Amino acid sequence: MTFTLSATLQARNFDVSLTLGSDETVAVLGPNGAGKSTLLGIIAGLLRPDSGHAVLGQKTLFNLDGGNSHFLPPHTRGTALLAQEPLLFPHMSVLENVAFGPRAAGASRAGALQTARHWLAEVEAAEFADRRPGQLSGGQAQRVAIARALATEPELLLLDEPMAALDIHAAPMLRRLLKRVLANRRAIVITHDVLDALMLADRAIVVEGGRITEEGPTRAVLEKPRSKFAAGLAGMNLLPGTITDRGLTSDGGLDIAAHPEDGAVPGQAGVAVFSPTAVSVFLSAEHGSPRNSFAVTITDLEPHGDQIRVHAGGLSADITPAASADLGLTPGMTVHFVIKATAIAIYPA
Amino acid sequence: MNVTRVRIGALLATGVLAAGLAGCAASNTASGTNQSGGSTAAGTGTVTIYAAASLKTTFTKIASEFEAANPDTKVMLNFAGSSDLVTQITQGAPADVVASADTRNMAKLSDAKLIDGTASNFATNVLEIAVPPANPASISSFADLAKPGVKVVVCAPQVPCGSATETVEKATGTTLKPVSEESSVSDVLGKVTSGEADAGLVYVTDVRNAGDKVKGIPFSESDKAVNTYPIATVGSSKNKELAKAFIAMVTGSEGRKVLSDAGFGTP
Amino acid sequence: MTPASAPRSKAWTARKTGRRDTGYTGVPPWVFALAAAGAVFVLLPLAAMVAKVNWGQFIPLITSEPSLTALGLSLRTSATSTVLCIVLGVPLALVLARASFPGQRLLRAFVLLPLVLPPVVGGIALLYTFGRQGLLGRSLELAGIQIAFSTTAVVLAQTFVALPFLVVSLEGALRTAGTKYEAVAATLGARPTTVLRRVSIPLVLPGLASGAVLSFARCLGEFGATLTFAGSLQGVTRTLPLEIYLQRETDADAAVALSLVLVAVAVAVVGLSYRRPRALPLQAGTK
Repeated sequence: MTFTLSATLQARNFDVSLTLGSDETVAVLGPNGAGKSTLLGIIAGLLRPDSGHAVLGQKTLFNLDGGNSHFLPPHTRGTALLAQEPLLFPHMSVLENVAFGPRAAGASRAGALQTARHWLAEVEAAEFADRRPGQLSGGQAQRVAIARALATEPELLLLDEPMAALDIHAAPMLRRLLKRVLANRRAIVITHDVLDALMLADRAIVVEGGRITEEGPTRAVLEKPRSKFAAGLAGMNLLPGTITDRGLTSDGGLDIAAHPEDGAVPGQAGVAVFSPTAVSVFLSAEHGSPRNSFAVTITDLEPHGDQIRVHAGGLSADITPAASADLGLTPGMTVHFVIKATAIAIYPA
Repeated sequence: MNVTRVRIGALLATGVLAAGLAGCAASNTASGTNQSGGSTAAGTGTVTIYAAASLKTTFTKIASEFEAANPDTKVMLNFAGSSDLVTQITQGAPADVVASADTRNMAKLSDAKLIDGTASNFATNVLEIAVPPANPASISSFADLAKPGVKVVVCAPQVPCGSATETVEKATGTTLKPVSEESSVSDVLGKVTSGEADAGLVYVTDVRNAGDKVKGIPFSESDKAVNTYPIATVGSSKNKELAKAFIAMVTGSEGRKVLSDAGFGTP
Repeated sequence: MTPASAPRSKAWTARKTGRRDTGYTGVPPWVFALAAAGAVFVLLPLAAMVAKVNWGQFIPLITSEPSLTALGLSLRTSATSTVLCIVLGVPLALVLARASFPGQRLLRAFVLLPLVLPPVVGGIALLYTFGRQGLLGRSLELAGIQIAFSTTAVVLAQTFVALPFLVVSLEGALRTAGTKYEAVAATLGARPTTVLRRVSIPLVLPGLASGAVLSFARCLGEFGATLTFAGSLQGVTRTLPLEIYLQRETDADAAVALSLVLVAVAVAVVGLSYRRPRALPLQAGTK
């Protein structure tokens, strides 16, 4: 009972293959326009790929390989889609919204309403049953939308940034709810939020430019990012390059001194990863024990928690506001980023 | 920038207009001198004629003859249904001459003291059966119109051709079952030329005017309802001399010929 | 994005209190002056007509047998034509708003043509289509169906001129509503017909209603195409506008009285059912 997908869509430069176990939840991470929503559109049947195939359990969703043109319409796929906006039908009551799926599947009116009540209770929204969607807050509406999607008993639940449109007070409750309902369900969740990925998903994939660039258990992807995007999500600096016997030569020509992890072979493609907190900022070059010192030009300064994050040369450093003031940092200044070798992890990409 | 462009445009327009007017004036003068010898000069200026729609062809012809005979005059023609003419003149339309298709509408103007003196009757018109050229229902007499299955279109009793139709029906004891009672002769004729109707009752002049698009079938009973066309000078006319001259031409031999060529009778 | 559609207007935006808008509207004063001129331009001729009504004779004039027959015929045919407009116009609007196919722009242009075409031209076109000598007329006549000079012809003429009003209103409403709800409904397992019946149509119901009302009003006023195509016979094809046109020949008082009846019916129908287009209660914001 697995889900497998392989699809290309030229017009959106999309080429992704993916497999999901029966109760697995996968988080899809990636920058805007990377093809995350295209992925869900293709699975749900709202977009037709150029080629590829997808099988959900016993059901072939589409098969466009080798001259086949099998393509199931959305309503027969069993893949409910939950979008950023709740999109509750405004002309129906909350209860009727949740009963919509069961009704469409052929349940009797009474049966569908009973199912709807069950799922409303499941998302702790039973009290809203008789309200109109317009009378709900964003968080309440999204809970109802989850109940509506679950009421169709989907074999695969597709969630497209389900919390992106919520205010920060509504998100935690919804995240808890999703964690509970996704626990033994197959789902694909698009998110921008590391916390969502960690809490909801067993596995994470990073999509960039219409391709999967990284894939693995969520924790591993975040702890040992191999893509610039995953590193950014994890709040790490990442420099891709070639592993040497002393460390790594970055694609930008920087020599980084550190111990490559065991098993890394010189000449292999690898990444150097380090936290912004491990970066010190100096106004002049230090010729001392720390061997990693790079002259960079400051592009931006921004508050980051109780620190100041200094962006320069594609890297970032976190320093105290007092230090920033002492150094008189402003964008356009040239400074030196200094990193201790022991703070840098180097491993194969 | 924009202002300049508009101004240039306006200047150009004025220039073109002026040139055009100059051209007109020049040609008018030229033709005037040529013809002045044989004309019956009845004054100059513009005379405006309000005439019944059924007079369109004949009055257009008479007007050009009038202009030819009277240099430096211009005849403006306005054609409409007779009741519309009455409404327009009652509302103060600048007409010099009014010619109606029936005496009833002229009587309204006369009663309202909107015309000078009494109107003179200058033409008559009688009904004729119009059928499509192929005459699909084989109509040959007025009585044929009452045969079952024949689609006859007539004018509504409220309009002159319709009241004439009613008169003929009464006089002949024939009751028509029309499929439509139109509000104008041209609507009746339209239904016949398009082949929708098997026959229509219109004026003999309309049949003549329609050429070979319809076939006319005269019937003897048509003399039971003779329509008389009166013409008169409008009381508020500013050019009564010219108006009288135009009426004289319509009622005179020149007008007579044009009218009878078109099928009108003599009152 | 703040939650849902609950009216959470900020303090500085116009807030609705009862029937009065307090707050900034952004309309310059001179616009009100021009708007007033526009209103007067429409209302003054109506007032002039009302002033012309012979009130002493008003009731007998409008309750005369031909008048009542014409009014009844007008209401009956307009209602039938409106139903026909909905049956034909809803699919047209859906296809124009949702599908995409070659020649779509051209199809839209042609569907909307009766809006700009003089009705007489529409009548002539219908004549050449459904008339005895017309494109379909001959086949219809063989099948024993005669359209010319029948009430059916009136309905066809009215539908022809009124259809674009429904299509335009509905297509606009469909485009405004977008396809997001329909996509969600499909992923919830609803087949296309169910989506149409339970989601698409209910969402655009205000647009459909106003389109239908406009169509009905247009049918009620239809004159040129009917006169050209259907003829004029009391009780069969002589609708109220044709009756007015005919009465004008002999009895101006009757024409004015009947005009007032037509105006009253139209104002009642449009005023009662044609509301200000309501914005869809969309949840949450734009993506």
